[in-house]
Amino acid sequence: MFKNQKSLLLEIIGILLAIVWLVPFYLMVVNAFKTKRDIFADTLGLPEEWTWDNFVQAFVQLGFIKAFGNSLFITAISTLIIIICSAMAAYALSRNKSKLSTVIFFMFVAAMLIPFQAVMIPLVSQFGQLDMLNRSSLIFMYLGFGASLSIFLYHGALKGIPESLDDAAKIDGCNKFQTFWYIIFPLLKPMSVTVGVLNVIWIWNDYLLPSLVIGGNGTETIPLQLFFFFGQYTKQWHLALAGLSISILPVIIGYFFAQKQIIKGIADGAVK
Amino acid sequence: MKNRDLSFWLFLAPVLVAIFIVVIYPLLTGLYYSFTNWDGLRISKFVGFDNYIKLFHDKEFGDAFWFTIKFSIAAIIVINIIGLGLALIVTQHIKSSSFLRTVFFMPNLIGGLILGFIWQFIFTKAFASIGESMGIEGLQGWLSTTETGFWGLVILTSWQMAGYVMIIYIAYLQSVPEELIEAAQIDGANRLQRFRNITVPMIAPAFTVSLFLTLSNSFKMYDQNLSLTNGGPFNSTQMVAMDIVKTAFTENSMAYAQSKAMIFFVTVAAISLLQVYYNKKKEVEL
Repeated sequence: MFKNQKSLLLEIIGILLAIVWLVPFYLMVVNAFKTKRDIFADTLGLPEEWTWDNFVQAFVQLGFIKAFGNSLFITAISTLIIIICSAMAAYALSRNKSKLSTVIFFMFVAAMLIPFQAVMIPLVSQFGQLDMLNRSSLIFMYLGFGASLSIFLYHGALKGIPESLDDAAKIDGCNKFQTFWYIIFPLLKPMSVTVGVLNVIWIWNDYLLPSLVIGGNGTETIPLQLFFFFGQYTKQWHLALAGLSISILPVIIGYFFAQKQIIKGIADGAVK
Repeated sequence: MKNRDLSFWLFLAPVLVAIFIVVIYPLLTGLYYSFTNWDGLRISKFVGFDNYIKLFHDKEFGDAFWFTIKFSIAAIIVINIIGLGLALIVTQHIKSSSFLRTVFFMPNLIGGLILGFIWQFIFTKAFASIGESMGIEGLQGWLSTTETGFWGLVILTSWQMAGYVMIIYIAYLQSVPEELIEAAQIDGANRLQRFRNITVPMIAPAFTVSLFLTLSNSFKMYDQNLSLTNGGPFNSTQMVAMDIVKTAFTENSMAYAQSKAMIFFVTVAAISLLQVYYNKKKEVEL
């Protein structure tokens, strides 16, 4: 009896905390359904009449479909490139036991210490001088910034894959690239999920780098459009909140489907 | 694979090229620029340490640095207490455990920019509304003072990151062997004693990981700062990352902004190296 009561209490505390955690989302969504006057009159309650107008207007003003497409394209391509290139590099480094290989690995690890702001100003002006501030450059930059952590994670995972597999593949006539692509890379799949999760979350939500590289050239991602939109409607919360709700929706849907992988990916990425 | 194998270099080439062009070359040129009067395009003069000397007398930068330190300390304490608390709740055998994890972790997936905007609404509108109906003066005018801007940032960051450190604490809590706890229970240790003398030492590495992770994340924070307070009122809630961006892209003092960026780099790198050192020391002790 005592035990049951205790876990019931914990259960209640947990649920109450979860409600507190969800309040910001509740406030965002319900107020997005209100008119401007309604928000002023009653911020906390449910709308007197639910209106979809804000969503329609925000959706159009945000250019949401285009922004969503841009975000999806940049995030997917960058993450794919990071996964393949980092896995290849980590494989080469883990199968070469020379001093040089160790030095290169440590260089990658050391690069993780460099915050974005330290290189941002020269990077942007150098690309700007070459007239290369565009989407392809952005994807290339994501490889440069994302590779270190990904290589580090893959390097750890590769320690668990015996080299006898490489030798067996070689005897069967695989060249180095085939060995990697057909034997090693499939075995790295759990780590690829982790690396993918970490990079998708980062790139999808990134604001500062894309604002400097692709701001104003027609390939803006959701955060850039949202920032612009928010600046225009700064005192019109009914529209701003509808815009925010629309922007969050794809993430929530993604989270709903890939929850396990996401939480596991985060845990692996942080603990290692 | 040997050093002289072509394949070794082919496998490494894409990342080596990218890291060199995107990180290493800009860092080295940036270091050089910070000793010149670089304006983003040209350099006409080498100015030695002038930028750095100016920086040490720059009240705005000093304020931003101090604000960042204060914010980071408050944030890591609050985030870790809440994160550990949440982890302790959801690792008990309760039915809603996985639902709770899902909820607590959710804010992490959403960009800091969006979260900042949501909380701007809550602090300025919802708080005011609650304050009005319940007659609490302290809920009015949030984000319009330095104090409320500071706590606003702490609340936002805690709500966002507590779920993240919760995941880390859970990973370590689950590795504590049940037998150990049961043995202590049999020996007559009460709940608090078991927690202090078994759980805490067993999850010590989780504290290091979480503390440094939250420290470096809070220290580097930009998006939330931009969308929640935009540094206001009167730049009093402006953090270092934002100060650097503003100096460079609003005021166009490129070389000077880069000298700030170098100081920022050294600080962040020092924090991370301290963590590595601390972890290694811990490992030896174990």
